[in-house]
Parts: sequence; structure tokens; C-alpha cells
Amino acid sequence: MPESAAAQHGEMLCTLPGDDVRQIMWRYAGRFDLQMLVQSARQVARGTVARLVAEGARHSHDWTTAKDRMLKEFDEAGITAMFVDPEYGGYLEGPKNLAMALAAFELAWVDGGAATCALATGLALAPIHERGTEEQRRRYMSLAVPGGPGPGRPPWRGAFALTEPLPYVGVETGILGGKVRIADWPEGGEPILEVNKRGRFITNMAFANFVTAAVDSADPRIKGSCMVILEESDPGLFDRGAPARKLVHQLSATNDPILQLKVPASRIIGGYEVKHGVLVPRYSHGEIIEAVFRRTRVTVGLMTAAKLLSAIEPLIRYHRDRFRGSDAVPPGSPRYELGLQQREDVLYRVIDIWATGEAAASLGFAAARLFDILDPLEREKDATLAAQGIKGGTAAYKALRKRQKDALEFIELDARPQNRRDQARYEELKNDKVVQFLVLDALANVLCPAAKLWNTGHGANMLREAVSLMGGYGITEDCPGFLGHKWMDAQLEATYEGPEAVQRRQLSVTMTNEVFLAQFANWIREMRAVASKRPGTGACALATAMQLWLWTLRHLQKARDARGNKLLQGARQGVTFPLADALCWLVATRQQILDVLELEEKGPQNPAVAEGLEGTLQFFTDLAHTHVAKAAGEVGRICAELVFGYNRHPAWDDPEYRGCLTEDELVAVDSLVPGMSGYAADVVAADGAHPAKAGPCVEFDGYEDFQKMRVRLDACQTGAMLSKDRAAKALTKVMIPAALDYPQ
Amino acid sequence: MSNGYHIVVCAGIVPDPLQTLEPVTGPQGPALRNEMMLPAVLDPWAAHALYEAAHLARNAPGSKVWLVSLSPKAKLQQVMMTIAQKVPFELVALDGPASGFTDAGETAVALARAIQAIPGLDRSRLLVFGGWESASRGAGATLQMVGEILGITDQFQGVDALEIQSDGSFRILERIEGGVHQVSACAGPPAVLGWATGTLPEPPNQPQIGMQNMRAIMPALQGAQPAGLAGGKIEFLEVRIPSVRRETQVIKDLSPEEIAKEIVEWIKE
Ligand SMILES: Cc1cc2nc3c(=O)[nH]c(=O)nc-3n(C[C@H](O)[C@H](O)[C@H](O)COP(=O)(O)OP(=O)(O)OC[C@H]3O[C@@H](n4cnc5c(N)ncnc54)[C@H](O)[C@@H]3O)c2cc1C
Repeated sequence: MPESAAAQHGEMLCTLPGDDVRQIMWRYAGRFDLQMLVQSARQVARGTVARLVAEGARHSHDWTTAKDRMLKEFDEAGITAMFVDPEYGGYLEGPKNLAMALAAFELAWVDGGAATCALATGLALAPIHERGTEEQRRRYMSLAVPGGPGPGRPPWRGAFALTEPLPYVGVETGILGGKVRIADWPEGGEPILEVNKRGRFITNMAFANFVTAAVDSADPRIKGSCMVILEESDPGLFDRGAPARKLVHQLSATNDPILQLKVPASRIIGGYEVKHGVLVPRYSHGEIIEAVFRRTRVTVGLMTAAKLLSAIEPLIRYHRDRFRGSDAVPPGSPRYELGLQQREDVLYRVIDIWATGEAAASLGFAAARLFDILDPLEREKDATLAAQGIKGGTAAYKALRKRQKDALEFIELDARPQNRRDQARYEELKNDKVVQFLVLDALANVLCPAAKLWNTGHGANMLREAVSLMGGYGITEDCPGFLGHKWMDAQLEATYEGPEAVQRRQLSVTMTNEVFLAQFANWIREMRAVASKRPGTGACALATAMQLWLWTLRHLQKARDARGNKLLQGARQGVTFPLADALCWLVATRQQILDVLELEEKGPQNPAVAEGLEGTLQFFTDLAHTHVAKAAGEVGRICAELVFGYNRHPAWDDPEYRGCLTEDELVAVDSLVPGMSGYAADVVAADGAHPAKAGPCVEFDGYEDFQKMRVRLDACQTGAMLSKDRAAKALTKVMIPAALDYPQ
Repeated sequence: MSNGYHIVVCAGIVPDPLQTLEPVTGPQGPALRNEMMLPAVLDPWAAHALYEAAHLARNAPGSKVWLVSLSPKAKLQQVMMTIAQKVPFELVALDGPASGFTDAGETAVALARAIQAIPGLDRSRLLVFGGWESASRGAGATLQMVGEILGITDQFQGVDALEIQSDGSFRILERIEGGVHQVSACAGPPAVLGWATGTLPEPPNQPQIGMQNMRAIMPALQGAQPAGLAGGKIEFLEVRIPSVRRETQVIKDLSPEEIAKEIVEWIKE
């Protein structure tokens, strides 16, 4: 593979990537509203939040005055109001997914709990925002804005209560212990509901003014489940409950509340109808939480991404400075200048952490941006369907299914060059909101769980690496960058808002959607095209890994295990879950490569980025390549396990392997083709003796394509370690600030 | 003053002070290593001037604040993402080097021209604010020259306080040796004030103000013309970083007396 110009010139990363670079890669260079939000959130994070952590505020489970100060800082910095549309007093126009993602990223750069705390009211508001009635939206959104309506008024803070004391709501969110019944239904008036909900691990509960709670009907006059809004002044019991004794995220408040309250039926989120004397909520709790979590989970994934990237500067500084201050190590000596960076393993491991952080951030921000496009599209799709007389529920589902072939057609046309497709048809489908919704929705349904699952799960493992690279210091509270806290916190990020099993389960379904798979197939071509122009990115190897994954999926859809049971099915988590994991590696790494290409394209337009761009690009390209190698390794391993692992290994006494050559047969073969017997490995002697191994080797009948791809994938690793070498060298040269910009 | 002041704040940008600042010699003479790539902040002295200007404007209805900055516009844009959220102002941007190695005279000419070109600027209400020195170069020369070019002779440097008297005149406190101030009286605008730290804290970010400011700041940045500094008039014989290195240590619960003792010992060393 020819080396790029930068590689040949030895251009190196000059400084750690700054805002100018990130704005291009994560596509908000044109959004000054978001750039300002980033600066505001950063100031709170690296100021108040960092001081709180350094002062030991995490040592208490209680919501202290010191922690409460943080909320006021969020209010002033515009973080509290970022969820709210301008019509209700907010200041950010349009969808807020990327905004929330960026704010969470900045806060989690210092402390994940602070990020959770900042986002929890947004989570409480999300059911109202996504599915609430106009009156509900107006009331709670306006109340959540600091100072408005009414100057100096503290904003209302909310909590989202789904999880319940055992044995209910956990991964299986369908069964609810929380109940709602009708306490009073005055003639011709609005029913009064009695809500009984006990929560477990409810964030913000220590101070929430309102709660959005999931409950099930315990009354024949209410149909199904719903979500209701509870206010602290509602008649009844609003017991905030004891704080959870968390090991992590202590800058967020988590309690186990008991809520027994009477509220008007107008608090049912999304409203209700009365049919034959039965109150029918417009949305079940399941429909609402699905709409909520698919957005908010992306933000959680970005929190772990931020922590991975935040570890780089403290690690480089620690390694470089490791031996300074000793008389035996004079300034100017390699030991003084490079410290532990003289050791290859240290450099390689930091590169792995950095590459993971890049891929995680790229994936998370891509998902956030996608939801920003999808949000208005979803409303347009609803309007289009409504105009056709189709309202939500099963009718809408059926209508969308009918349009699936159009979505597939669009994806097919989209992949073709303009002169080789029916352009008029393409334009028609492109302007069709339902088709566009189907295409992007299928994508979002993969990217969201992938970002939550991979970023937090694999991210937690890599944060452990970061801690270990700091030696003993890493596991103390004095570790610069609070890496120990960040590692442990990542475990919560992997758990709340649906633990890894939930994300894997969702992926198991969404990854087999043909509308997604059609796009995935296009990505294989896309990555090959990228590779032909930018071979150093590793895009070619990634394309091969994608091919292998797709082959495996198609194979498993048909294949059965040795007992004759179907392999790819919901109950077979041993098959679907690893396949989902493998897919995450692929989508994350693809997005990482795409962000490097974006920087390459747009970087030269910004003079602050253009200077040193060659070195920056070379470094990011090398990071991508090393990450492709890791991804390809994971995908190869998982696919091989699944493809072969459910077959029974051939045995010497298998009837079908009786066909193994006997010694006599071997002689006969040799007489036909002299020397041929040398190629036969599995020979059984007349007395039944056989070579000392488990059985005859597995034959690849029907697996030839897989076998070829697998071998090719291994060979595709060529050059990856050269990239890693180059990236590692860049780590020894890159200029870092004189000190960390937040306390420790 | 019934219809307020026209306050023009001159402010450059400097690399974030936590960055590693390493002088190098480039094709155009001395520079800081990777300066374009380092995050920048508004020059801290000038930032104080801006906060004081906003404070004064808020208390004198009809006033208006401009921020005139000669800096690389791409970097200035980044700085604006924070500064624009602090106080209301209008930006006048000139694209050019903000480094400590540019000629203060040339910079002053460019700034003065930009000030003169501000539409509707009323000289009889004009206060030119800035830092009494810059974090990238402690010479304290630029603002004085800007005033001279504009023909403003009432100049004050190292200002910590500006008090408006009932007759509209100013009482100005300038820093002098030994922690004391020189107190001056000035009849009113036009005047040049080079601020030391002033007395105001950095205002918190206010996103609403930011959104309002940015609507005009973005076009100002996009339209920023090259300042046209020719350079080459100054010769630098030697450039070095100060020999004292920052030794940061975090010690919790130390009393003020103990801190003072440690500083005295350090000075004696
Ligand atoms: C600090 C903190 C804050 C939280 N904040 C909130 C909040 O604000 N609001 C709220 O409603 N909740 C909140 N939660 C609750 C959180 O969302 C739940 O803890 C989480 O969804 C997991 O539920 P569970 O603890 O009951 O785990 P369980 O359901 O008991 O699952 C335990 C493990 O079993 C396995 N498992 C379970 N079911 C399956 C399955 N079907 N397939 C495969 N594997 C399975 C998985 O490995 C899973 O991780 C919070 C939790 C914490 C710790």
C-alpha cells in the first residue's frame, strides 16, 4: 500500500485536536448556537463540577447544598433550558438531539454524574415532548425554563419513573407494578385518577417538582397502561424515598420514591378518549418509552465516549513526565523527555483507547444528528399518513410496511450514479416523506442501540485500560482526569436507560430489517470506494469485515444447529447478541472513517485547521486503520464462532466419516495419481487407528465463501500495525498543554 | 450623560494560558509553536475592559458597546462562542495576526481606522477601552497609540475604577506602585482607558445574550477584511520564555497565613 504524502513527509499531529477540528468532524461548524452551548457546558464542567469532585462531593449519597449549586450553574449556563423550544421560553431552535449530546459530552468529560443530573429533567420532559398534548407541553416545558414565566423563579425539575422495586420493571419493561385506578368520575366531568407508583433508582427524585411515571391499569374503566404526570403538590403522598447507595455518579440524585397521588385524568401523557365508558389512553407506556429512549440513549453513549477522549491528555502527561524530577534523569535525556513513552506497549494501549474514543464519539454524534433529521421527518410522516386517514397504531404499521419496497427501491437508486438510474423516480422517492422516514428510521433503530451498547460496554473495558496505564495513581482519587471514577461510572452508563441486554435485544430485531440491510450492503461498496482513494484508512478491510458479517447473518437466518434448531431467532440470544455486538464494531468504525473524510474535505477551509492539517489527518487516518484492525478481528472471531460453533465436530466413528480413506484406499489412490496420498490427512487404519486429534478435520462444503472471506480478512490486516506504529510515534511528539484545565 | 456613551473596546486574542507556549522562528520571524492550532481566549486585560464597558453601558441608558478586534478571524470566531454570551456588544473584526510579535504601531493604525469607520460613532460620547497591556506582550503601547491617532489626549492606563460623578465628569483610579492608586478627574468623553483588572468578576454565560449577539457577530466575522499589516519594521534579536516555570500544587485546607509564608519563602529562594 503506498504511503500518503503526510506519511512520507513524516507530518505529525502537532497538538491535541481542538474545537475547530471537532466542529468539522462532528458537523456543527455551522451551528454557533451549539458552539456556544459547548463553551457554556465546558465552563460549568471544568469549573464548578470539577471543583466539586476534587473537594470530595462524590463521597456522599445525599443531595447536598454543594451539589445543589451545580443545578443553579446549569440554569445560568443555558443547560437547563436546552431541552425547551423557543415557543415555550427556550433558546435553541429545532430538534435538540445534537445539542443534548454535545452538552452531555462536555459535562461527562469531567464527571458522568453531573451529565446525568443535567439530562434528567430532559428525560422527564421527553415523554411530554414526544407524546404529550399541546397543553401538557406548554405547561411543563415553560415551567422547566429558569426564570420564565416570572423572573427569578427557579425552574421546575423533573424525574422519569419507570423502574420499580423488584420483582418488576427491569429489562422487561412490559410488566408494571405501578397502578392507576379511577378514584372519582363526576357525572359529565373529568375523571380523577389514583396513582400508586413505587420507583427504584429514580434520578433527580431528591428535588424533582414533577414526575412522569409509568403505570398500568388496575381498573376495568381504564384500558391498558399509560404514563402520567405527577406534581409534588398533588394531594396524597409524594415521598421522595431514601437515596440509593450508589458507587458511581454521585453528582446525580437517585432515590426510591413512593408516590400515592390523586391527579386529574388530563395528566395522562398524550391524553385519552372515553369509549363505552372506558378511559382509553392515547399511548401505552410502552409506546412512549420507546419514543423517549431511542433518543436519550444516544446521549448516554456519548458520555462514555467523552470520558475515553478525556483520558488521553492526562495519560500522555503522566507517561511523559514519569521520570522528571530525579537527579539521575537529566533534562534532555530520552528518559526525561519521553518517560514511559519510551515503551511501545504504553503507546499502543493509549492508541487503542484513543481510537475507541474516536469511534464512539463518531458513532454517537452521527446517531444524534440522525435524530435531528428524523424528528421533523417523523412529524411529516404522521401528517402524510393522517391526510390519508391513517392514524397511529396497527393501521400506521401496516401502511408503513406497504411502503417498504419503495424504501428499498430508493436505497437501490441512491447507490447508483445519476446517469445510471431513473432520476425522476429517484427524485419522487427522495421527496416522499414516508419513504425517507422508513429509510432513516431503520438506520436510527440500529445506530441508537449500537451507540448505547458499544460505547458504554466496550468503553468501560477501555476505561479500565486507561486506569491501568496510570499505575497506582490511576486507582486513587488523586488521579488526574478522575479516571478511576470515570471507569466505574461507565458501568452505570452501560446499565441505566436499559442495560446491554436491552440494546442487544433491540439490535437483534432491527439489524434484520431489510431496509437497514440494504443500506448496510451499500456501505460495503461505499467503504471500497473510500479505500480506493484513501487506502490508509483501512476502509477496505472494514468492507471485507462487513461482507463477512452480512454473509454470516444470511447464513444464520437459514441455518440450524446440530440438533436441528433454528439459529437466528429471538430466544437464541447466544446467536443474536454476539452478532449484534459485531455489528456495533462495524457501524462505529465506519462512522469514524467518515468523520476523517469530512475533516479532510472541510479542514482546508478553516485557516486554524488548515495549519497542521496534514499531520492531523495522518494521525486520524492511522487511528481509524488501527481500529479497523480491531473491529475486523472481533467480527471475524464472532462470525467464525457462530458459523461453525453450532455444528457438531466430525468424529472418527461418524457414519458419514466412515468415508475417511483407509490405508488400502490410499494405496489405490497413489496408483492412480502418484504422490497423492501425501495430501490425505484423515486416514483410518484397518484396526481403526487414526491420527491423534479430535476427529477428521471439518470440511468446508457450503462454507467456501465464508472461508475465502475469512482468509482475506486476515490478510486485510496488512499495514494496520504500521499505522499503529506511526500513530504511536505521533503520541511521543504531540504538544500537550502545560497543565490540565480542571482541578484534580 | 443623558444619551449614554459610545464605548469601543479594543481586544485581541491570546493563546489559552494553560497551553505550552514555545517560541519558534518561522518564515515571518518569531512566533509561538502551533499558535494557530492552540485554543485562544480574549486577552484577559481587554476582557476586563469589556466587562467594565458593559457595566457602564447598562447604567447609562442609550449607550452602546463595540468590540474591535484584530485577530485571525477563524480563531476569533471560536473565542466569540464564549465572549458573546457574556455581555451585549457589536463586533468589528479585522483579520490579521494577534500574536505578541506584530508591530504595535501597525496594529494601532488598523484599529484606529476601524474605529473611525464605525457608522454613527459619536466622538463626543466616545470612550476607547482596552487593556493597559496584553497577555501576549506586556508593552502597553497599542492602546496609547490608538488614542493618539484618534486625537484623544485624555488617556489613563492601569485603570481599576471609573466612577461617573453627578456632573457627568469621571473619577478614575489608575494603578501605581505599591498597591496604591492615582486618582484623576476627567471632564468626560472622549477618553482612552487602558484597564488593569477593574473590579468586576467575569459575568456568567447567558445563552440568550449570546444568541442575540451572534446574529450580528457571524456576518461581521464573515465580512472581516484583512488588516493589511505589512510587518518587517521590527527586528527581534532574541526571544525566550521567562525562566520561572509554573509549579502547580494542590494542597487542601491551607490557612492564608501558611500560604503567605510559603510565597515569601519562594520569593526569597
Ligand atoms: C444510578 C441509577 C439511576 C437510574 N435512573 C433511573 C431513572 O431515572 N428512571 C428509571 O425509571 N430508572 C432508572 N434507573 C434504573 C435502570 O434503568 C435499571 O436499573 C436498568 O434498566 C436495569 O434494570 P434492573 O436493574 O431491574 O436489571 P434487571 O432487569 O434485573 O437485569 C439484570 C441483568 O440481567 C440480564 N437480563 C435481564 N433481562 C434479560 C433479558 N430479557 N435478556 C437477556 N438478559 C437479561 C442482563 O444482563 C441485565 O443487565 C437507574 C438506575 C441506576 C443504577
